[in-house]
Amino acid sequence: MAALPDLYERMRFIRRFEETLLDLFSQGKLVGTTHTYIGQEANGVGVIDHLDPEVDVVFSNHRCHGHYLEFTGDAYGLLCEVMGRAPGTCGGKGGSQHLCKGNFYSNGILGSIVPVATGIALAEKQKGTGAVSTVFLGDGALGQGVVYESLNMASLWRLPVLFVVENNHYAQSTPIELELAGSIPARAEAFGICTAELDTTDVEEIHAAAGRAVSHVRETSEPFFLVLHTYRFSPHSKGDDTRDPAEIEERRTRDPLLVAGARLDSAEREAIDARVEERLAEVVAEAEAAPEATPEAAVL
Amino acid sequence: MSATTQRRCVQVLNEALHELFATREDVVLLGEDVLDPYGGAFKVTQGLSDAYPDRVLTTPISEASLFGVAAGMALRGRRPILEIMFGDFIALGMDQIVNGIAKFREMYDDQVTVPLVVRTPMGGRRGYGPTHSQSLEKLLLGVPNVCVVAASECHDLGALLVHAVEDERPVFFIENKLMYGRPSRRPEDGHIGELAVREAGGEYPALTFSGNAFDDASATVVTYGGMLPVVLDAVTELILEHEIFCEVVALSQLLPLDLDPVLESVARTGALVTAEEGTLTAGVGAEIAARVSELAWSDLRRPVRRVAARDGIIPSARTLEDAMLPRVEDVIDVVLALEGVRS
Repeated sequence: MAALPDLYERMRFIRRFEETLLDLFSQGKLVGTTHTYIGQEANGVGVIDHLDPEVDVVFSNHRCHGHYLEFTGDAYGLLCEVMGRAPGTCGGKGGSQHLCKGNFYSNGILGSIVPVATGIALAEKQKGTGAVSTVFLGDGALGQGVVYESLNMASLWRLPVLFVVENNHYAQSTPIELELAGSIPARAEAFGICTAELDTTDVEEIHAAAGRAVSHVRETSEPFFLVLHTYRFSPHSKGDDTRDPAEIEERRTRDPLLVAGARLDSAEREAIDARVEERLAEVVAEAEAAPEATPEAAVL
Repeated sequence: MSATTQRRCVQVLNEALHELFATREDVVLLGEDVLDPYGGAFKVTQGLSDAYPDRVLTTPISEASLFGVAAGMALRGRRPILEIMFGDFIALGMDQIVNGIAKFREMYDDQVTVPLVVRTPMGGRRGYGPTHSQSLEKLLLGVPNVCVVAASECHDLGALLVHAVEDERPVFFIENKLMYGRPSRRPEDGHIGELAVREAGGEYPALTFSGNAFDDASATVVTYGGMLPVVLDAVTELILEHEIFCEVVALSQLLPLDLDPVLESVARTGALVTAEEGTLTAGVGAEIAARVSELAWSDLRRPVRRVAARDGIIPSARTLEDAMLPRVEDVIDVVLALEGVRS
């Protein structure tokens, strides 16, 4: 298990990477769209630390940067991809929401990734690789019917899928009260799937619960449904935020970086923060110097 | 081949599946009601689950997700064959098809392939009504990066299916409900029945038929799949009743469209009729007509004409269904109406 300073450093890197993207957007250096992970970092870091990138598979959604960075460590490939540069993870073809590297995939249609992750688990189970297929979805995706079809099949066929629901309480601009009825864990329990539910920004708590969830999937080759109640501090994508600023400020008092950072020695935390800035500056400089994707490369 | 030794198309497809399972460990099949003794609604998978219980999976009625499940399996090195019981149900899978299956390879910069096969029967004329009779393959023609193969009773169905499974691209393998029970009719000595046949193209070839040894003919009729026997009956009647000869091109690969055999035939005949069982508007014939007009305008002596189903639902009642779907007489009438054909 990764120690707290390490978990903090990874969360800090995701936070600063995403803030940097928003800066680059406001400077006009990025086009298109992005959905940042600011505020939710403890989830991705706490879960993915238990996965082996050589064996396990992650399928993520439109808000995928945090998962990608944690699973692949490839900040340069991601930044180039979002900036439309040739060395991007997908040569600039995918952009922010459509990433692939090794055993990591993401796609931009909400809920649509869940059946695919289920099929991945079926294939890995047939091949006997022992892989855990982890899929990240949010409260918004729970409005899609294919999610429930997938829960049914994953349970019926005893597939090694870890469903991670990051409930950030908003589907784009729509608060959860207007988009979701009933209980989130009860949805999976109805299919006979083991669940756990956490309402915390403490990366160590999430890390411990996720460890139990991943072990369950790995040891039983059965699905698990992990519900993480969370919050994003940033807008859905860039400037589109209609939430009450007071609500966001209140949530910021429980910022996962503050919670974890408070447990570190201040000198150590400052050293980590400085190291993150240094790494990020290098990545930005390299990506800005990288060549743009060319149309010739876009022909398959 | 004598009638007693002729195999029905469903048997040919079934044997190809058995051959694929015997030779490739990575081939798996999933679909609704595919287990023995039922063996699929149209019996194409008969015997497979008894022989390969670990590689044949019967599924819940969840088509919208099953396309995604198959995609996930294909991404991870399996060769899934997804049986969709009725072609109409591909509508349920359109998100997975359009936003996943068709996109993964290109949007992930060629780092992955999605080698899956979706087998599904299209077609009416069985009284199944509006939601179990359609020919919806035209919906897939607007989806870049998938391959659409339409099987007909005159094609080598087994070879088509083996090629589809070995293809790195996602392949939609369009079968036909009436075809299953009909005899597989392969060329013998270059003929099927009284018509001479040439086969051209790669893995999914086209068949070109002629009633007069590829001598002068009045028109080319391009068709595919379950519409082929209708067109062959029509051109036979045109010969016998009107002494008018047409060439028939039966495509098996609808996407990407390879129109070389059509262009070659049109160069000889100067006229083109398209014939399909799906509805007229934005159909397969519309795309073929546009392309042939672009590529062979100088060969065309008259406008391209299309034969297709009326733009509406396919009713259940036999009399109403007959009036909706293109018939032998419709093909004959369109050919006879071509300017100069009766001269």
